[in-house]
Amino acid sequence: MADVAIPRAKPQMSEDTAWTRLKHNRNWLGFWFMVPAMAFLIFFLAYPLGLGIWLSFTDTRIGRVGHFVGTENYEWLWDDSIFWLSVFNTLLYTTVASAIKFAVGLYLALLLNENMPFKAMLRAMVLIPFIVPTVLSALAFWWIFDSQFSIISWSLKHLGLINQNINFLGDTTWARICVIFANIWRGVPFVAITLLAGLQTVSPSLYEAATLDGATRWQNFRFITYPLLTPIIAVVMTFSVLFTFTDFQLIWAMTRGGPVNATHLMATLSYQRAIIAGQLGEGAAISSAMIPFLLAAIMVSWFGLQRRKWQQGESND
Amino acid sequence: MSSVQIRDVRKSFGNFEVLHGVTVPIEDGQFVVLVGPSGCGKSTLLRMLAGLENITSGTISIGDRVVNNVQPKERDIAMVFQNYALYPHMTVADNMGFSLKLRNAGADEINKRVKRAAEILALGPLLDRYPRQLSGGQRQRVAMGRAIVRDPQVFLFDEPLSNLDAKLRVAMRTEIKELHQRLKTTTVYVTHDQIEAMTMADKIVVMHDGIVEQMGTPLELYDKPDNQFVAGFIGSPAMNFLKGHVRVNGVATFEGPNGVKLPLKTAPAASDGRPAVYGVRPEHFTIADDGAEAEIVVVEPTGSETQVFAKIGGEQVVAVFRERHQFNPGDKIRLKPEPSLVHLFDETTGKRLNS
Repeated sequence: MADVAIPRAKPQMSEDTAWTRLKHNRNWLGFWFMVPAMAFLIFFLAYPLGLGIWLSFTDTRIGRVGHFVGTENYEWLWDDSIFWLSVFNTLLYTTVASAIKFAVGLYLALLLNENMPFKAMLRAMVLIPFIVPTVLSALAFWWIFDSQFSIISWSLKHLGLINQNINFLGDTTWARICVIFANIWRGVPFVAITLLAGLQTVSPSLYEAATLDGATRWQNFRFITYPLLTPIIAVVMTFSVLFTFTDFQLIWAMTRGGPVNATHLMATLSYQRAIIAGQLGEGAAISSAMIPFLLAAIMVSWFGLQRRKWQQGESND
Repeated sequence: MSSVQIRDVRKSFGNFEVLHGVTVPIEDGQFVVLVGPSGCGKSTLLRMLAGLENITSGTISIGDRVVNNVQPKERDIAMVFQNYALYPHMTVADNMGFSLKLRNAGADEINKRVKRAAEILALGPLLDRYPRQLSGGQRQRVAMGRAIVRDPQVFLFDEPLSNLDAKLRVAMRTEIKELHQRLKTTTVYVTHDQIEAMTMADKIVVMHDGIVEQMGTPLELYDKPDNQFVAGFIGSPAMNFLKGHVRVNGVATFEGPNGVKLPLKTAPAASDGRPAVYGVRPEHFTIADDGAEAEIVVVEPTGSETQVFAKIGGEQVVAVFRERHQFNPGDKIRLKPEPSLVHLFDETTGKRLNS
């Protein structure tokens, strides 16, 4: 049978033109399906990013075409103490806020995963900070932390705990605490709800098995919940860190980087230099300086996200 | 090893009572199977035994200790779950050693006991694998290994074989039975599969709608079911039931549907004309000239035996023959139930009437 079939198939193959073969090539077809998505990504992500990096190597200002100046902008920034302050602020802001968001978010998720009355309503309520537009909540915080009309100062004064208003957004330490607090308030729901979704994928029979094996509630968390949740924690925290690191709205609405640049993040400083002051090249350089940090964060999570051995099937090692 | 006493145990979820006073004595070293259709409360009873559900009333004791208010981990029991509940992020060895680790046993001790359990279950080469890398049967064995390592007073099995394919199920059935014969640990096993119950149990507890219908050895239940439910539940294919009346005219007979005459060995006292249900197992039919006329509907050969579906007085019954008769649909044959193996039940209560 095979002897007969092979010579018959051969001549037909050679009759195929290059075009017919291409038409039946799955990779070629696949390529065309990918083109729209690729075009979108190139025009709206890769091109602006490339342009931004290019800008950082020029002395472009608003209203004037720039010339290539090499690394001059970066050299300038290297000696700029305000830039370094903004780097420090950004790292502080990201580290503290992300750590607290993780802790509070995990705690809330565990709480919401328990059986309790009004569970669905409580879960919905947790999402409120997340759905309020950032600028709106920032304005609310601006009033809460106002130097004269702050409700916190007012309450504490009426309780007799303090004699005069706390200058929340006017004092460097207080201002940092306030913006970090606002960011945590906004970011916790994302962490909590995502981790809750992760918790719900853990089979209840695992907890039952562990309970029969003699695990206390803490051991249930330590040996079952936490290890099974690590993949989701890695995803959530990567996103959380990226969002926090590039935060702009909240700071700009609350403090505009003040007082004395104590809350200037790299994003706000870049905006101030590029748009307000018109130094597009220098602003672009500050923005570009964020890239290594973001890449580092992504690398960390990339390794964190690597499928753990227990998640892989088949392989026998 | 320990005996287990379940005394008048009730369970309610809110106002809904699912167990209505269940009493089951379990002797030391016995293999007891709780069997019944889904929703009969067998799994709930097992979970109460494990301490995963509260006991609404009644008592459960393990050994001489009432365990109603004892924490699951202090009951000294081990449970094998239907979905195995293996910890996916731990190797087979870690899964099996987890309970010992929680008890702060030394690494040597854990190692020794895991090795021993692995030997019993032939899990040796798999100790470093993760659950994902195991087949269904292997996971099942790891779940049992996890129980064996504990060396508990009582083993609990919650439908452990229902996630396996038919062939593996039969193999694991034998393996579990063999394991019990070897370890002699008191075992309570829940299943909805009466064949599993029949093949494995020292004692079967048939449950239905939150009560115990009957307890006894597999053959007791097969030979002398207390009521129509047990009669219909135990045995495959299921027992045939024909409605009719008892007739005593010197010799006892049963008048089935459309006046079909069926033989009875003895009639219950003063029962002439009493409405009743006549029960006969498919394997207790013979072909005989004095049998009831039956018209064949379907013939299903399985190789070792042939199932014949036929109509007696318009009611469908099934008969099983080991001999290879040449039957065709539409053929008329004469089926005779073996009178000494016939069961008679009350029409309304379903209680057994003949002794």
